[in-house]
Amino acid sequence: MAIESAHVKADVVEASEFVPLVEKYRVHGVPKVVINETVEFEGALPEDRYLAEVLKAAQS
Amino acid sequence: MPLISADDQTFLRDKFAKELVNTVDIVLFTQGDSPLTVRGQECAYCKETRQLVEEVSALSDKINLAVRDFVADAEKAKQMGVDKIPAIVLDSGTEERVKYYGIPSGYEFSSFVEDIIDVSKRSTNLKDNTKQALAQLTKDVHIQVFVTPT
Repeated sequence: MAIESAHVKADVVEASEFVPLVEKYRVHGVPKVVINETVEFEGALPEDRYLAEVLKAAQS
Repeated sequence: MPLISADDQTFLRDKFAKELVNTVDIVLFTQGDSPLTVRGQECAYCKETRQLVEEVSALSDKINLAVRDFVADAEKAKQMGVDKIPAIVLDSGTEERVKYYGIPSGYEFSSFVEDIIDVSKRSTNLKDNTKQALAQLTKDVHIQVFVTPT
């Protein structure tokens, strides 16, 4: 998505190397996705639902 | 001892030759080689991450690697939005929007390779309606995906 839109930045974070972030975002399972500090979900989502979460974050 | 096996190197060299389009710039932010570390700030996988991106970039003329020191080049890191290390920034006219923090090993290595290719193509396999929705975004979105290597 970050490749498709200039408004999107994407970070892949290796959880075991950044424990403070894991604690901050309460990562219990992977993949865990945090968008704009406002939307978060755990586990893989189908593309349409993933997009819906991104759009939700962009509106809040 | 290479991190990428000889067989995988052959496979990747061929894959990159076929699929890379535009040149990809990889910027690695890491720590200096000094044996001194600040307690709590040791970078456990900086050395391995550097070796891995060096091996990957050696597999194609279309992949350029720049290695920067997170402390000495703090200004550049800030400018690129890098706030922790090891950080791998992928860019090909895509404004440095794709980053990997930590070593992309194990299962993540294939995602990393696919991302290098997509950045090089400046396009993805996302559905058309997804691309259209993304094109209409007016607010910035920062996605952080937490993963583990296995």
